[in-house]
This record gives sequence, structure tokens and C-alpha cells, in this order.
Amino acid sequence: MERLAKICKKQITVTILAILCGFLVAAVILACTGYSPADAFAILGEGIFSKPKYIVNVIVKATPIILTGLSVVFAFKVGLFNIGAEGEYIVGTIVAVIIGITCDFPPVIEFLLILAGGMLAGALYGAIIGFLKAKFGIHEVITGIMLNWIAFYAANFVVTLDRFHQPDSSSTYEINESGMDLIYRFKMSESGREAVKNSPLLLETVGKTDLNIGILIAVAAAILIWVILRKTTKGFALRTVGFNKEAAECAGISVQKNVIHAMMISGALAGLSGALMITGVSHKIMTLAATENYGFNGLSVAMLAGNSPIGAIFAGLLFAGLFYGGGSIQSTIGAPSEIINIMVGTIVFFVAIAGLFPMIVEKLGKKVAKRG
Amino acid sequence: MGNNILLLLSITVMYATPLIFGAMGGLVSEKSGVTNIGIEGMMRLGASTAVCVTYATGHPWAGFLAAGAAAGVLALLHAVASVSLKADQTVSGIAINLIGPGISLFMTRQMFGVTNTPAVPAKLPKIFGNKASEGILGYFNFDITVILALLLTIAAWFLFYKTRWGLRVRAVGEHPQVADTLGISVYKIRYFCVILSGILSGFGGAAMTLAIISNFTPTAISGHGFIALAAVIFGKWKPFGVYGACMLFGLAQALAILLGGADLIPSQILAMLPYMLTIAVLVLFVRNVSAPKASGVPFEKGQR
Repeated sequence: MERLAKICKKQITVTILAILCGFLVAAVILACTGYSPADAFAILGEGIFSKPKYIVNVIVKATPIILTGLSVVFAFKVGLFNIGAEGEYIVGTIVAVIIGITCDFPPVIEFLLILAGGMLAGALYGAIIGFLKAKFGIHEVITGIMLNWIAFYAANFVVTLDRFHQPDSSSTYEINESGMDLIYRFKMSESGREAVKNSPLLLETVGKTDLNIGILIAVAAAILIWVILRKTTKGFALRTVGFNKEAAECAGISVQKNVIHAMMISGALAGLSGALMITGVSHKIMTLAATENYGFNGLSVAMLAGNSPIGAIFAGLLFAGLFYGGGSIQSTIGAPSEIINIMVGTIVFFVAIAGLFPMIVEKLGKKVAKRG
Repeated sequence: MGNNILLLLSITVMYATPLIFGAMGGLVSEKSGVTNIGIEGMMRLGASTAVCVTYATGHPWAGFLAAGAAAGVLALLHAVASVSLKADQTVSGIAINLIGPGISLFMTRQMFGVTNTPAVPAKLPKIFGNKASEGILGYFNFDITVILALLLTIAAWFLFYKTRWGLRVRAVGEHPQVADTLGISVYKIRYFCVILSGILSGFGGAAMTLAIISNFTPTAISGHGFIALAAVIFGKWKPFGVYGACMLFGLAQALAILLGGADLIPSQILAMLPYMLTIAVLVLFVRNVSAPKASGVPFEKGQR
């Protein structure tokens, strides 16, 4: 029993148990509303794995939330809750579109310029949150949420501007082709078109999807963040601030400076996520009625990942799979696809109450011991 | 001009009302020492429950009460996590903010097939009856929820500062260890306050969908729960201060609506107003804040 309790305290066990609990709660809700959970989960699985196209789509969907997840992870290491990832993501898309439409440099330079612009925008937006926290002690959750809505309306505002608005649509013009993703430009080039046409596998995985190099950048970012946090002096300073502010101050590590730096890096990651969405998938921004939740889903990713940068890759893939496959639950058996939102919320809830699992085992252990 | 000012005031009061319910919810939870950033999710669940139940029964009051009950149950989850299991209250709040809207949308889609519901058959009454909307009186023909919100604020002030129960709640929020030695059950008080905060937030959601807009949409509650939390801070954790803060945010919303009709400033920019004001107010006026000292810290019996 003691060993079992020890196992229950491990991060990976908590993660798996939380996911199981998420499925269990979803199953109960589905059963109560008259749908077969078995059918729903089977469809969910098919919607993710049955075609190479689906798997590629999951990867495409995972890219932005892995990066926003990393953004949240990074801030959390410094004891900050970056709920503002949503807004940082949005300003990333705004600046990416503005650069992509107004500038027209040679292909790779344009692409990199867009990414840099998106990151800078996100970094500055994050810096506002960090600055207000460091100088005025305003809780980052409140500022973050307010800035999310301001970014949301700013995006809708940019769409209405004559310079960017595509007539007779609810979106901006597309960015110049020089700024688009490498795989997209290959696909659209003559030799690329030929290659895609002649290979059924390429047609399925590249031709019919928005596959882009973003996932490689996301994975590289995860590794880089892990290295920064674990292997550099800056990372050590940041984590010290996260663990114990007083100790950090005593050791000569400035809390204020590190809070602002952390929010800048965190914001840059979310901004990168937005810029990659523009270069790789949407190529423009649209007027939206509600936020797309890439930032908020990043929160869930970070929670499930147990604040591990590498874990964020897997958590991002899992949630992307759930959200993508969840769409087919609604189209096939009619159960509201929002069951996935409930499931994800439940998973995060069980991660939050991770202390429950070893507690149950210990109580059971005591009971067993009494009987024995 | 006079009419414009009256109109501005009446819209201010109208939009402040859901915030007041949510903020009183946030206040009662914070006073007992539990941070509740799940107010947003609870308000949203209240907003959708209110519409669904009103639609099914035809009685808006049934919808209003059901909204409180549903959000109260959701708050119970937060209480279990943050009081009994000593979870990180921010993470638990985030989970609540995912689960609440998830259930809301699941429920409305299950019931109506879409997430933008049709209008409810009957809204909550106005104080002078639904037909009296002419002349000066029309501007003061508030929704009944406006009066309820004011009464709630007075009640909160009375309970917190004039009763023994209120003193206990404040003690638990400031110094739970001391409260515990005096024989006050910290757990019981915190459970009660968190659940109450859910019920009030649910009422806030219902005040939006049953009195102001008459149907539920996914954006009916968009950041109101968080603005309510900002109002708690700006109001310095005092009921009347919080009430005033909510009025200020209502005023920002009202200005956005009225100026939006004038076409001088783009509507998207105006829509940012309440959110910008929130940040500005926090930067300019909130110094030396006096939050309940134990807010956000789990209580461990026997620990000093």
C-alpha cells in the first residue's frame, strides 16, 4: 500500500489517472443524456486515427496549443499564471498579418520576419502584464483577462481597416505568398503540385491538409525552453523567483526584473504560436464573435503537462486529438461536441486535486491494516 | 441632453447588475480566504441554466433560482478542491472556468440544437411592470434584479460587519489558525462561503440572460466574472466599495453602447473601454490593497 501511495504521487500517474477520470465523467454525462459512451469514444478514436489525413490534422491543431502551453508552463515556473496567453496569441496574429500584407521580402526572410514580428508583439503584450504585476502588484490573471478582450477587439478592428480588409468578406487580405509556410509554397509550386498529384500518400497528408513546419518549431521551442530552465543561469534565477521570492531577493536575484522577463518570454511563445497560425494555416485574420481559445487551451495543456516543457508536446497532441476527433462525435451520433470541453475541464480539475489519489490509497491502506 | 444623461444612467445600472451579483460572490469567497477565479464559469453556467429552465417551465423565477442552484453545485467542486483537498485554487478555478462553459454549451446544444438559444417566453419583471416605459418613469423602470442587487449589497454589509457570523467569516479569512483555536470550524465556513459565492454568481448570470438580453449566447458572459473580481479588488473588499466599482464598469459599458450609436469612434475600439478602464483603475487607484490575509492559502488544521 505504501508503495502504491508513492506511485500515486508521481506526476505520470497523476496525469494518467486524471485523463481516465476525464473519460469516466464524460461517459457518465453521455450515458445520462441518452448517448452510448462506447459508440462516442469509438467514433472519437476513428476521428483521430482512421486516416493519415486525420493524424496530420491533429498535429496541425496541436501546434498552436503546444506553443501557448509552453508559454503558460514558462510563466508558471516563475510563479505566474499566464492566462493572458490568449491575448498574446491574438496580437501575434495581428502583427503577423500586418507584416505579411505590407512587406514583401524574399521568401525565407519574409517568413522569418513575420515570426519575429509575432513574437515581439506577444513579448511586449506579456511585458505589460509582467510590468503591472512587478510595479503595482496587480494580479496577472485580472490584467491577462482584460488584455485578452482588448486584443480580441483589436483584431476585429484591424479587419475593418481599408488597408487590410478584403472587400465583400469578413476577413483581411491573405499575406503575401513569400511569407507563407515552406510546405504550402512547395505544394503550390509547379514541381510540388506534380509530386503531390502523383503520390496518393502525399496527396492525403500534404495536399488535403494544412501541414506546415510549425510543429517542428514547436518541438524545438519545447526543447529550448527545457534547456533554458534547467541548464542556464537565467533559468535558475527564474525558477528561484518561482520557488521562493524572499530567498531570491536575498541571493541578489531581482524579483521584479525576472517577473517582467518571464512574462516577455512567455508572451513571445504565445505570439509565435499566433504568427505560425498565420503563415501555416489561416494566412489572414477574420472577424470573430468569440475568442478561438488557443491561449485558454494552452492553460489546459500546461496543467496536464504538469508544467513540463516536454510534457506540453504530448499534452498538446492529446487535447488537439480530443478536440479534433470530438467534432465527429457530433456529426455522427449527434451528441454535443462540447462534451470534449467538459472532459478537458474535468481532466484539469483532477490534475488540480492530484492530492486526492494518494490520500485515498493511504486511507484504504489504513483500513486494510486494521482488518489484518 | 437631460434625457441622454438619464439614458446613460439607466444603461449603467442595467449593465452593472450582473457584475454586482458576481462581485458579491467573489467577495464572500475571498472574505473567507478562498480565491475564486471560477466566478466567470459559474456566471456562464447560471446564464444558460436560467434560459433552459425558464424555457422549459415558462417561469423566469424558476430559471433564476435554478441558475443559483446549478452554479452552487459547480462551486461545491471548487470548495472540495480548495478546502478539503488543498488544491491550487487558481488551477481549480481554471478547471471550473472550463467545466462551467462546457456544461452550458452542452446543455443548450442538447436542448435547442444550437448554442444561441431562442428568446425566453418571459423575462424577469421590471419594478413598475413591463408596460410602463413612457416618460421619465421609463428611465427608472429598472429590472427587479437591480433592486435585488442593491438589497444584496446592503445585506452583505450588514452580515459581514454587524453579525457574529460575519465576524467569524472575516476571522477565517484573515487568520484561520486563530479562528480555529476559538472553536470556529474553518472548513465549514469556507465551504458555506464558496458555495454561496457560486449561488450569487449563478444569479448574476441569470440577471444577464433573464433581465437584459433574454436569451443565451456563448458570449452572453464575456469576461464579466473577471471584471467582477477586479471590482472586488477596486472596491477594497468592502460591499459598498465593490458596488460602486461595479457601477463604474457599468458606466464604461453604457458609454460604449451610447457612443457606439453616434459613429464617432469605431465600435470595436469602444468595446475595449470596460476592459481598459479596469486596468487603468487598478493601476491608478489600487495601492496598499487590503486583501483578506489568508486568501488563497489552504488551511491545514493544527499547522501554525
